[in-house]
Amino acid sequence: MSEYTDYKWRYGFFLGCVIPNRYPMIERSIRDVFEELGAQLLDLPGASCCPAPGVFRGFHIPTWLVIAARNISIAEELGVNPITGCNGCYGTLRDAWYDLEHNPEEKKHVNELLAKVGRRYKGNLEPKHVVQALYLDMGLDYLKDHIKYKFTDLKVAVHYGCHIVKPSDKRPWDGEYEAPEFLDEIVEITGAKSIDYKNKFMCCGAGGAVRTAVKEVAADFTREKLVNMRDAGADIIINCCPFCHLQLDLGQVEVNNFYGDIIGEPFKIPVIYITQLLGVAMGMDPNRLGLIKTHDLKGVSPFIPIEPFLDIVKEQLT
Amino acid sequence: MSENVEKYIKRKVYKSTSSRIAQKFIDAGLEKIRACINCGTCTGSCPSGQRTAFRTRSAIRKALTGDETVLSDIDIWFCSTCYYCYERCPRDIPVTDMIIKLRNIAVEEGYILDSHLVLAKDIFYKTGHGVPANDPEAHKQWRALRESYGLPALPPTVHSYPEAVKECQTLMNETGFKNLLDNAEKLKAKRKAEAEKQQKEEVKEEEK
Repeated sequence: MSEYTDYKWRYGFFLGCVIPNRYPMIERSIRDVFEELGAQLLDLPGASCCPAPGVFRGFHIPTWLVIAARNISIAEELGVNPITGCNGCYGTLRDAWYDLEHNPEEKKHVNELLAKVGRRYKGNLEPKHVVQALYLDMGLDYLKDHIKYKFTDLKVAVHYGCHIVKPSDKRPWDGEYEAPEFLDEIVEITGAKSIDYKNKFMCCGAGGAVRTAVKEVAADFTREKLVNMRDAGADIIINCCPFCHLQLDLGQVEVNNFYGDIIGEPFKIPVIYITQLLGVAMGMDPNRLGLIKTHDLKGVSPFIPIEPFLDIVKEQLT
Repeated sequence: MSENVEKYIKRKVYKSTSSRIAQKFIDAGLEKIRACINCGTCTGSCPSGQRTAFRTRSAIRKALTGDETVLSDIDIWFCSTCYYCYERCPRDIPVTDMIIKLRNIAVEEGYILDSHLVLAKDIFYKTGHGVPANDPEAHKQWRALRESYGLPALPPTVHSYPEAVKECQTLMNETGFKNLLDNAEKLKAKRKAEAEKQQKEEVKEEEK
């Protein structure tokens, strides 16, 4: 295993759906930032949808559980902790892992099913989130050592999303869910300021099958968040979940359409994923962080231009 | 007895407490909600309830009394599973998990939204992804977008391993997921036909 000796950490990169298939710039940035930080991300060949914790678990819990166990088992075969950059996938992998650990009968049943496709679930490797690896495995001091440039004036509206902290009994944050600070702390080592805004920990509105059910309802959550972020003077939004990312990015276009008459000015706040922000402060080439557009494709993400953020990067980080 | 009081007493909610559905609620472990003291913390904490007709406490109350309209109302699908009710319930009722269980029973009874049925049957079951990128035409730009960031056109997921899709389908057949969806679709169609028939009869009645 000599090829791994240069790495301090190894994980099995669970991609999920939205990251690879709608926001590949997030995949790009996680891969390259982790490489830069000395963490190896192994692919999980043949991994599927996690499956989504609100929608597919809402249809059939037993199916949700066995497909989740199959996904975790792919990482177990490689002997690495599964890691995801998506709060939804985190919710599923982590809850399934926790539930199976506390229910031996269920675990036995899941393994009977998995045996039919030649797989086995052990449950000995804790599923992790990208932010959990950054904050708990590597730690703020380690990250600080890699910061090369600091923002001098960047106001960030941090959005955590729900499933990274809740249900708190199945998460690694010592039960903290009302006002966590770990993501703000990572943001602030880049010199950016994490601003307070009303109902900061509120849901984006996309999850739990709501977006697929009625887009206008999801967008109304988002409208409230965006109004509060703008009122507090946010330059950009930082998040750690591609579904929140989609809802806050494409959702701005929808909010502008659905609720144009009550929001005043249309929204156009750049939405940036945490590893993209961290990467620029680490002095990485923006191309490696999925921040530079090199195509002329229509109807693809990001839907809200991120150029204002790149202008700030140019202005403050040189 | 006033007309309103009579109406209240005869509400379906009390009639159906011993129904098949009520038994299903109990079988799904929903008896935990009997600890509910009706404090309303769940409803007050719910970001969905602030903009829709979804009332968490009311949904829980309906489930508790065996009122099956909780399954047919769209409201339970407006829960974004943010887990505030789960966290803040003073009686430690895992409220969000209860809502998920209610949804499972709703689907079993054929109460699934059209968009959710398409997502489960035509997207997730077929591709293994909830948000796929492998449609030859419709997803062309997403694959090109991946390539523009130096990534392979398709990710190393089920999209690159057709046998992995089959694996997932085998598991979904074994758990009865495929049958569940087919059955839900049939129940939906049946209900729709019945509603249309009734509507026609009502129109006839009016014409008379």
